[in-house]
Amino acid sequence: MIEVKDVYYSYPSGIEALSGVTVTICDREFVAIMGENGAGKSTLVKHFNGILKPSKGQVTVDGVATTKESVAQLSRNVGLVFQNPDHQLFSETVEEEVAFGLRNFGYRDKEIDERTTRVLDLLDLAKYRKASPFILSGGERKRVALASVLAWDPKVVVLDEPTVGQDYRQKERLRQFVLKLNEEDRSVVMVTHDVEFVADCSPRVIVMSHGRIVGDGDADDILTDEALLTKASVLPPQVTQLLWQLSDLGLPRNVLDLNKAKKLLDNVMGVRTGG
Amino acid sequence: MKVFEGLKFRRRETAIHRLDPRTKFVVSIVIFTLALVFTELPFLFLLFMGQLPLIYSAKVHREWGRSVRGGLTLTIIIFATNLLVGYFSNGMVITEGLVLYSFSLAFRFIVLMSSFSIFFLTTSPDDLSLALQQSHIPYEFCFAFTTAIRFVPVLANEAQTIMDAQKSRGLELEKGNFLKRIRNFIPILIPLIVGAIRRSLELAEAMESRAFGAKKERTSLYLLRMRMSDWGALAASGLVLASALYIRYFVGLSRLPLT
Repeated sequence: MIEVKDVYYSYPSGIEALSGVTVTICDREFVAIMGENGAGKSTLVKHFNGILKPSKGQVTVDGVATTKESVAQLSRNVGLVFQNPDHQLFSETVEEEVAFGLRNFGYRDKEIDERTTRVLDLLDLAKYRKASPFILSGGERKRVALASVLAWDPKVVVLDEPTVGQDYRQKERLRQFVLKLNEEDRSVVMVTHDVEFVADCSPRVIVMSHGRIVGDGDADDILTDEALLTKASVLPPQVTQLLWQLSDLGLPRNVLDLNKAKKLLDNVMGVRTGG
Repeated sequence: MKVFEGLKFRRRETAIHRLDPRTKFVVSIVIFTLALVFTELPFLFLLFMGQLPLIYSAKVHREWGRSVRGGLTLTIIIFATNLLVGYFSNGMVITEGLVLYSFSLAFRFIVLMSSFSIFFLTTSPDDLSLALQQSHIPYEFCFAFTTAIRFVPVLANEAQTIMDAQKSRGLELEKGNFLKRIRNFIPILIPLIVGAIRRSLELAEAMESRAFGAKKERTSLYLLRMRMSDWGALAASGLVLASALYIRYFVGLSRLPLT
């Protein structure tokens, strides 16, 4: 469980990125953090594994303040996957890249090998095991970065912009994968601008704006709240937008799910043609 | 990384900012030369105090202070190295003179650093490039020079992100013996270098697609012109340099009441 209590954070340049954020990420929870550029989303998740320490307030992971432990120690429980894989890939082979974290955490060779095999299979990277990470495509590099963190099985997985540069099929795979992670008793936190992706996953949604949390709740409520979304410059999902524009037909304004929307539209059409 | 703060240009409207970059360069070089010529502490101190009005009137004292603080570690290293070398070559005795000498060398470094700091804090990269061009240096070199300066903060930022990313994978940067610590930097350096190379290739492509080098003769929208204040500043720094050199080599420091 990650508890953030009234946290303020200012960068050395003097810009205040977080101004009084209080939030709790429970075990086995699935959370998406959204909001405009510079809202403080990445700054917030960098507090989860202690990369940034609060200027004021407190962040605790399972009851331990992040100021008490090193980033490496905290990362054992909270695995943070950075947005740009090029900021971390350095090994000669994909296999070595994945093993790097495991070595740092002191796993034995046999277990490193087993875990590497498992995570590479999981992310469809087994065929690149002996390849250099630098020759892979952008999307594949991103998956290698993800694999290199998932390998040690952290309790909380934090993904910064996981969908950037992924095509539709990879996104769908990612969605299945993230849901599976969550089902396997892990908390998943993702920072994203991809509202359609969030709508499809339907997690708890936290909306940030100007260093504060301005909305927190189920995806159904948050992603259909027009005033809130405008405030945080988040575009509502297309399904919701469609139903908003058809609201004069008496369609509800809080629909996120494609199948539900289809049913509603079928009803309206049925009534029309029937009457 | 804090040292680089002192190289980042801040746009401000002050008399110092408005000076011609060539003038500022000469002033910086004069301070630089003076700091090299004198090792006596009172003179270095005088030189240091002489910079303060410039720094305050350019309103860059906060950035300057940050870069001096950032360079403090190096200053201490300089002090310690000189002290140690002197200690061993002097037959294992520490004299008052040796401490004073090491201290003034360290202090000299601060003076040198702040002379460059003033120049870079108050001169925009564009002005700098213009000044180089008007000094008939080939444009390719000017461009490479200003690009290098411009990318220092970008690179510093990126190094920070990479360190954060690797620490998040369990890398303990501050742990282990000397060799281990050096090896710890491999996961930082490789992404940084690969990134820099990739970026330079991208930059080259972007420049070529914008027709860089299509015309041999370049013209400039802005031209640098020396004004009265520039000539004044040049004359003043020339005078200071000349009199300082005169005192140093013809009068001799011992005859001054200062020391």
